[in-house]
Amino acid sequence: MTSLLTLPTSTRRLVGIKGIPQIIGLGLVLLIDWLVSPQFFTLRMQDGRLFGSLIDVLNRGAPVTLLSLGMVLVIATGGIDLSVGAVIAIAGATAATLINAGLPVVVVVALALAAGVACGLWNGLLVSLMRIQPIVATLTLMVAGRGVAQLITEGRIITFVDPHLAAIAGGSFLGLPMPVVIIIGMLAITLLLVRATALGLLIEAVGINRRSSAYAGVNTQMIIMLVYVWAGLCAAVAGVVLTADIKAADANNAGLWMELDAILAVVIGGTSLLGGRFSVVMAVLGALIIQAMNTGILLSGFKPELNLIVKSVVVLIILFVQSPALKGIYLHARSRRIVS
Amino acid sequence: MNRRFLPLLMTTSVFVLGYLFCSFEFHNFATVRVICNLLTDNAFLGIVAVGMTFVILSGGIDLSVGSVIAFTTVFLAITIEQLSLPPVLAFAMILVIGAAFGAAMGACIHYLKIPAFIITLAGMFLARGLSFLLTTDSIPVNHPLYSTLNDVSIPILSGRLSLIAIVMLLVFVAGGILAHQTRFGTNVFALGGNLTSAQLMGVPVGRTMILIYTLSGFLSALAGIVFSLYTSAGYSLAATGTEMDAIAAVVIGGTLLTGGYGYVFGTFVGILIQGLIQTFITFDGTLSSWWTKIAVGVLLFAFIGFQRLLLIFWSPRNRSAESM
Repeated sequence: MTSLLTLPTSTRRLVGIKGIPQIIGLGLVLLIDWLVSPQFFTLRMQDGRLFGSLIDVLNRGAPVTLLSLGMVLVIATGGIDLSVGAVIAIAGATAATLINAGLPVVVVVALALAAGVACGLWNGLLVSLMRIQPIVATLTLMVAGRGVAQLITEGRIITFVDPHLAAIAGGSFLGLPMPVVIIIGMLAITLLLVRATALGLLIEAVGINRRSSAYAGVNTQMIIMLVYVWAGLCAAVAGVVLTADIKAADANNAGLWMELDAILAVVIGGTSLLGGRFSVVMAVLGALIIQAMNTGILLSGFKPELNLIVKSVVVLIILFVQSPALKGIYLHARSRRIVS
Repeated sequence: MNRRFLPLLMTTSVFVLGYLFCSFEFHNFATVRVICNLLTDNAFLGIVAVGMTFVILSGGIDLSVGSVIAFTTVFLAITIEQLSLPPVLAFAMILVIGAAFGAAMGACIHYLKIPAFIITLAGMFLARGLSFLLTTDSIPVNHPLYSTLNDVSIPILSGRLSLIAIVMLLVFVAGGILAHQTRFGTNVFALGGNLTSAQLMGVPVGRTMILIYTLSGFLSALAGIVFSLYTSAGYSLAATGTEMDAIAAVVIGGTLLTGGYGYVFGTFVGILIQGLIQTFITFDGTLSSWWTKIAVGVLLFAFIGFQRLLLIFWSPRNRSAESM
């Protein structure tokens, strides 16, 4: 709190409201998008479904947004989940294989989600009971998971024609594309879980100091297990959406490097990688900022290769701004000016 | 028997047992040629893994190595083929660029107190993005020096040890000496053991930290040169996932991922084990390549679990605190 007191009132008020930098960031990115493509905000209704670049951002950004919902909780406990990309591949492979086996779509989706939960349980067991570093524990699944996915698809790209499964990505509800509806639903469930109960508080407590929360009576192992299971489930939902979207499961490339985008979204959302305070909504905003940048680069006609560079520059700027060392220098300079 | 060598002993016995198994399975397996090919095929991975060993020993992580390799191959292909620079000059330039790239990341980690994981992630995006920007095509390198260098080899019995394999072995020897025989190496171990105590003991933390990442960047560029020689091409999608393979090799080699404990030689055995799995699958012919991933993942898990048990076993006083 002392750091806030040294800032002038206007700045303090702005910093005090959570998420102002992210909202300004998203606004800026959307503004640039609008400048490069004037019809960016145009929405039109066709066949009972909304179309437009803005909807496209939400639609294309669905997998990373879903991942960030799970990732933000994992990072809040001071952990990290590198395996979500591989879980996407596993869930997608499961869904595509089972639908071709003739199972009804509800069972297929349930089993694909169960596969994700199983992966999450595995990660959770390693991190909470065996107390292996999260980055290492999830690394094993990241490496082996893609192998498992290829085992399921037998190394082929499995395509399917089932219209019901495809509707999970291609369908619409109240004019909104299905992935957008799924995002809203998952976001609501996540928010209810962490903010309507004490779970969010307990997650933050574990992230700030695992040992003292244990002394205070928090079941730390259960909390850690839960966040990894949730991350696994979110990844499985993303995997099903992705597979339904392309009507195929590609064990090699589905969700490749997506775990990094999800981590990036959480970091842009202002959640510290060291754990502690987190914001689910801001992580979603972070994911949308990433997608709005991607779409903007595509619309502007620049080479899509520019994407990675823009992304890394944005990460670097955010890291520099968030860096505790830089804040110290800034506060030091301010206090000296006030004294003189 | 010093218990400090136990993880190293484990790794080595896994390799020896695996090798014996393979030799019984395929009678052509136990030839010098197979070993030489194994070394050649994994030369770039080995060089990167030496740098990764130093980074992990210090308690950090470097995710940018694969992208730096890709950037190096593209840079070399463009400077040699399109700008017609002499290869030796291009090699020198990229080694300096790689080292500077690593140094910049090290400086960010030390001065801005940003976690190594996220800054090297940004570095990974940046290097990969830069190589995409240079070109998305695969550019062949036809310079005569490349074929000359690729022809250099030492014949050993039925096989031949290629130049890039020799380079890798030299890097391992130099890395071993640097880690275990010099002041710098001791500082790296001190940083990984406990950063605060290292600082209080007067270890030059900042300089060591920056040097570690400089070394990793330099070795990544060197691995890029080796990869460029190996494939005779520059491709911006080359070597994706190398960082994970390198980390896996370091961990299988018995180095503790929390830092402060490990051997460069262990990493060498880690590389050999990964190479062995690949070679076995190639020999078998019916197994698909995804089994490599599963096998490496299972091994990785086994070794991490083993390390965990050893740690609990070694520090009985911490056991009650650990179980919290």
